[in-house]
Amino acid sequence: MGVTLDDILVQGLQMLLVFTLAPLLTGFIRKVKARLMRKRGPSLLQPYRDLLRLLRKDVVLADNASWLFRATPYVTFAAIWVAAALVPTFATGLLFNWMADLIVIVALLGTARFFLALAGMDVGTAFGGLGSSREVMIAALAEPAMLLIVFCVALVAGSSQLSTIANFIASAQVGLRVSLGLAMIALIMVALAENARIPVDNPSTHLELTMVHEAMILEYSGRHLALIEFGAFLKLLLYVSLLACLFFPWGIAVSGAGLQSYVVGTAVYVVKLAAVGFLLALFETATAKMRVFRVPQFLGAALMLGLLGTLLLFVSKSL
Amino acid sequence: MMSAAALQLSYVGALLAVSVLAVVLARWRIGNAVIYGATLLLCSAAGLGVLRALIGDGAAVERLVLPIGLPWLGAHFRLDALSAFFLVVINLGGALASLYALGYGRHEHAPQRVLPFFPAFLAGMNMVLLADDAFSYLLSWEFMSLASWALVMAHHRQSGNAQAGYVYLVMASFGTLALLLAFGFLAGPAGDYGFDAIRAAPHSGAAATLVLVLMLLGAGSKAGLVPLHVWLPLAHPAAPSHVSALMSGVMTKVAIYGFIRVVFDLLGRPDWTASVVVLSLGGVTAVMGILYALMERDLKRLLAYSTIENVGIIFVGLGLALAFQANGQGLPAALAFTAALFHILNHSLFKSLLFFGAGAVLVATGERNMDRLGGLIHRMPATSIVFLIGAVAISALPPFNGFVSEWLTFQAVLQSPQLPQWGLKIMVPAIGGMLALAAALAAACFVKAYGASFLSRPRSPAAENAQEVDRFSIAAMAILALLCLLAGVFPGLVMDALAPVSAEILHIRLAGQTELPWLSIVPIDLRKGSYNGLLVLAFIAISATLGFLAILRLSPHAVRRAPAWGCGFAEPVPQAQYSPDSFAQPIRRVFGTLLFRARDHVTMPPPGSVAPAKFSAELHDLVWENLYGRIAAIIEAVSTRLNNMQLLSIRGYLSLVFATLVALLVVIAIWA
Repeated sequence: MGVTLDDILVQGLQMLLVFTLAPLLTGFIRKVKARLMRKRGPSLLQPYRDLLRLLRKDVVLADNASWLFRATPYVTFAAIWVAAALVPTFATGLLFNWMADLIVIVALLGTARFFLALAGMDVGTAFGGLGSSREVMIAALAEPAMLLIVFCVALVAGSSQLSTIANFIASAQVGLRVSLGLAMIALIMVALAENARIPVDNPSTHLELTMVHEAMILEYSGRHLALIEFGAFLKLLLYVSLLACLFFPWGIAVSGAGLQSYVVGTAVYVVKLAAVGFLLALFETATAKMRVFRVPQFLGAALMLGLLGTLLLFVSKSL
Repeated sequence: MMSAAALQLSYVGALLAVSVLAVVLARWRIGNAVIYGATLLLCSAAGLGVLRALIGDGAAVERLVLPIGLPWLGAHFRLDALSAFFLVVINLGGALASLYALGYGRHEHAPQRVLPFFPAFLAGMNMVLLADDAFSYLLSWEFMSLASWALVMAHHRQSGNAQAGYVYLVMASFGTLALLLAFGFLAGPAGDYGFDAIRAAPHSGAAATLVLVLMLLGAGSKAGLVPLHVWLPLAHPAAPSHVSALMSGVMTKVAIYGFIRVVFDLLGRPDWTASVVVLSLGGVTAVMGILYALMERDLKRLLAYSTIENVGIIFVGLGLALAFQANGQGLPAALAFTAALFHILNHSLFKSLLFFGAGAVLVATGERNMDRLGGLIHRMPATSIVFLIGAVAISALPPFNGFVSEWLTFQAVLQSPQLPQWGLKIMVPAIGGMLALAAALAAACFVKAYGASFLSRPRSPAAENAQEVDRFSIAAMAILALLCLLAGVFPGLVMDALAPVSAEILHIRLAGQTELPWLSIVPIDLRKGSYNGLLVLAFIAISATLGFLAILRLSPHAVRRAPAWGCGFAEPVPQAQYSPDSFAQPIRRVFGTLLFRARDHVTMPPPGSVAPAKFSAELHDLVWENLYGRIAAIIEAVSTRLNNMQLLSIRGYLSLVFATLVALLVVIAIWA
């Protein structure tokens, strides 16, 4: 656990990178979606402008909003940012990767969600309660699926630490594995649910009766809303990075490998983001949102895939 | 200089003396302060004394024999690392409950029904932990049960409490019966009831299995394992809140102590099949407990059901330890065992905190029903902060303590591929999934509990006019909240303090954690997984502060207050907001349709009618209806039949006596 300047540099760059790229990823997905619908779509930089616009606006608080309502945006943003900074993006071997493994990252997102759900209940409107209650229902289904995915991946790599897993899977000895494929599909399903994407929730509306996330944060405005939106961008980037680092770690630099491989790693990472973002946009355009009470079946399938992947590993270590 | 065991026993004696004193003092106003002050001092002294022994040198085992009890046996007492750890948990809970009661107890309208039994209850729990022979163990166990029963019946005129006391009494007797039989099998035909003799004797085959089953019935019913849990959500909330905290946070741990003492210590090494039973019971208990809690709208009953969930998590840890131990895998076994012990400590901390909070809400509003609470965060600022900490901690969220023990349990689950048995290999990941489900549902449950009682708009005038509670109560809750944070941020210290226990019971300890840099915890191997609560907390704090400062510069605008937006639809009455029941509706629909046969009924008036629409939710407690309902029906039927026996003639009775005599003689003839 010796600390070198290189480690600090890599860790700092990661934190900065996720911070700057997160709105861009969302902007990119929106752009692709618009183009797929034969619309021109807003500029790639629109999410940044949205955040600045929100920052410049007044905060309008409900009369009976408590201190918890005002503290929640900061807490959720911090928890998600810390979680996002712990996922290797362009290089493994982060300075603080021993601080938290995959389970801790999932739990940090849980902390963020816990406070958001509480804030949804704070003002005491029907929309907030509706959003919170559905959000925790979806989380209750997504978390066991996520744990089984962690279990499956940790079984292959012999560790629940992300850097170790990424290094192991990037090595030549792994090859194609059925169980990892199953885990990947399950993780994509969980990621769709956790990020309130179609088909579980629709991120671009808050005037639908089936909405979840947007209903929960309906009372937020101004800088508070900006932080929550930013948190959502970061969370999407986190899941995409997680997919990339767990299942496609090729090209990722090893900490201490020198500047050149960092540059390559960053370039590869951006390409991966763009690829996953494009696929996500394609998928969202091609599918319709499902009813809220179909979500349990959707996430139940993810759970079963995770379990199946784990059990396959018991049958044969090479599956 | 007295030995440590003798010192602990003298505290027990002092508690009993306080109990007698309380009978006299309860009539006066000063009684409250004197009695709770005395129990506070005695529990602190007892807890700190053993804590020093546990951290200093846990290996020392001290024995003491008193010439009381059975004449040929005497009363054996023993203080070792396992009982020392539980003594710390119990006396910490006892001391803080006493501190809380210094304020809370002043609102008690019948102090003479609470004060004498409170010290007795504490003394009983302490004695169970010190007992070193079956007789004094069972005697102390019964003493503890009866004292707590008296406390449950303190407010016996309130509706439901008498029934709760009755069910508790029946289940406690059943549990003791199971324990009695278990010790009978352990002692064997020779009948030596000292724990040393039991430990030395070999146990195997059918007798060992029977002992395990009986312990699961006896200790499990006290701890609240599903389906033996039915008394718990009735009895725990019925007692005054500080006693509820003790019963939920501490007494369930005494039951778990009994299980560990017998199954891990006295019985030797059970077969791996035993772990399958314990694991599945634990998993089912965890999920069912929290689902019951989610369906509840009474705050204290919700907390009692959540105790059942946590007991399930602890039993999963113990089951994993059994599985690894049966296969001779020492380190993973020590990890799972440490996780279980850590969760025992954690649960005693946050469950006491939450019950104290519920008690504070009860004092402030007179309400336990969350349908009539709301908005307390504005009127009870201190209570709302500490209750929030308890809610975050129990929902297993970092950086608090609940997460650490949950994480350790998951780390133990991740070790399961090393197990050779296929049954376990397939089962343990599924149990891990159930644990994750229970954790996520716990978060949902406490969002509901906190959201409905502390957030949202007040749903009744009582909630609207609530006042913050007294300083003693807040101090007790604040200490617990601080301990929850400290145990979450410095988990290595706790794990090192638990090492002597695992060394004593499993003969292997985890590597020391406090020497590691940055105060990380690394249970097995750095490459396999590590966690650092301190850094997680520091990073969250730093990034939140950075975010706050940046925002302050970028967006200095003032905050404007306005009516709630709600998409333009202002709801005039507070009843229109989301209620606890409506919050649980999605989960009720997803899980409850099968497990509780939940049905929503909506009656819509015909078009044009001005009659109100009606909605009702139907729930069934299938365990209660199918298992206990059937048993009750059978007992009813049998006793109705046997009723005829009361009306026999003298000839009838004489021939019955004769037949019994003959039957017994035949039995003896066959036996001999």
